Amino acid sequence: MKFGILVNEGPYTHQASDSAYQFAVAALAKGHTIQRVFFYHDGVNNATRLTEPPQDDRHIVNRWSALATEHKVDLVVCVAAALRRGIKDEVLAPGFRISGLGQLVDSGIKADRLVTFGD
Amino acid sequence: MSEQQTTAPSGPKVKKFMFVNRKAPYGTIYALESLEVVLITATFDQDVSLVFIDDGVYELAKGQQTKGIGIKNFSPSYRALEGYDIEKLYVDQASLDQRGLTEADLLVPVEVLNDQQMGELMAQQDVILSF
Repeated sequence: MKFGILVNEGPYTHQASDSAYQFAVAALAKGHTIQRVFFYHDGVNNATRLTEPPQDDRHIVNRWSALATEHKVDLVVCVAAALRRGIKDEVLAPGFRISGLGQLVDSGIKADRLVTFGD
Repeated sequence: MSEQQTTAPSGPKVKKFMFVNRKAPYGTIYALESLEVVLITATFDQDVSLVFIDDGVYELAKGQQTKGIGIKNFSPSYRALEGYDIEKLYVDQASLDQRGLTEADLLVPVEVLNDQQMGELMAQQDVILSF
């Protein structure tokens, strides 16, 4: 099955990004496809390469980047939400790209299921 | 998450998109950013409907004055939805009742549904985005 994923909350404060990541990993392991992960609202904060969590904690941003590299998952950050929150091309972690909300609608159209993570 | 129909691969995909608005217009950004997705979705020629439930019904309340909190009043945008061919607006009856509101307190024409009707409508959707 082709899944689209929507992440609506930032890293660490909220479990949404962790759950979305675990879901993506589990789906890929089962042979499903992740058509796209779209980051909206505070979810755009998952895309900055400036985060430095303590070493004994998971690195949420790097984990997404690795997923993009290993499985060619398309990580898209909403431009309007990103600009509001200071997320720009120059701070993007590897594997992320900034684009419009149309990419979320496109996921809704093309994916078999669009799964939301957040409140 | 919704059940979805299979569409012929050759035909244009028109899906039923429902936006469920559950939060007050101010206090968090969800209502505003939900509206931004709605307006973009309108340009994709999809079947779009909006639902207002819980504190989300306040998003449609008349007479919003936001000067005191220093945030832009974006409620006039709901009046513009008609111009984007978005005319399916549904409001939860119980949510209105609990807040002492009636249809007359709302900015735009809506259809008021009870729980069961709302559930049936949601079951028909392909994509539900809840904010």
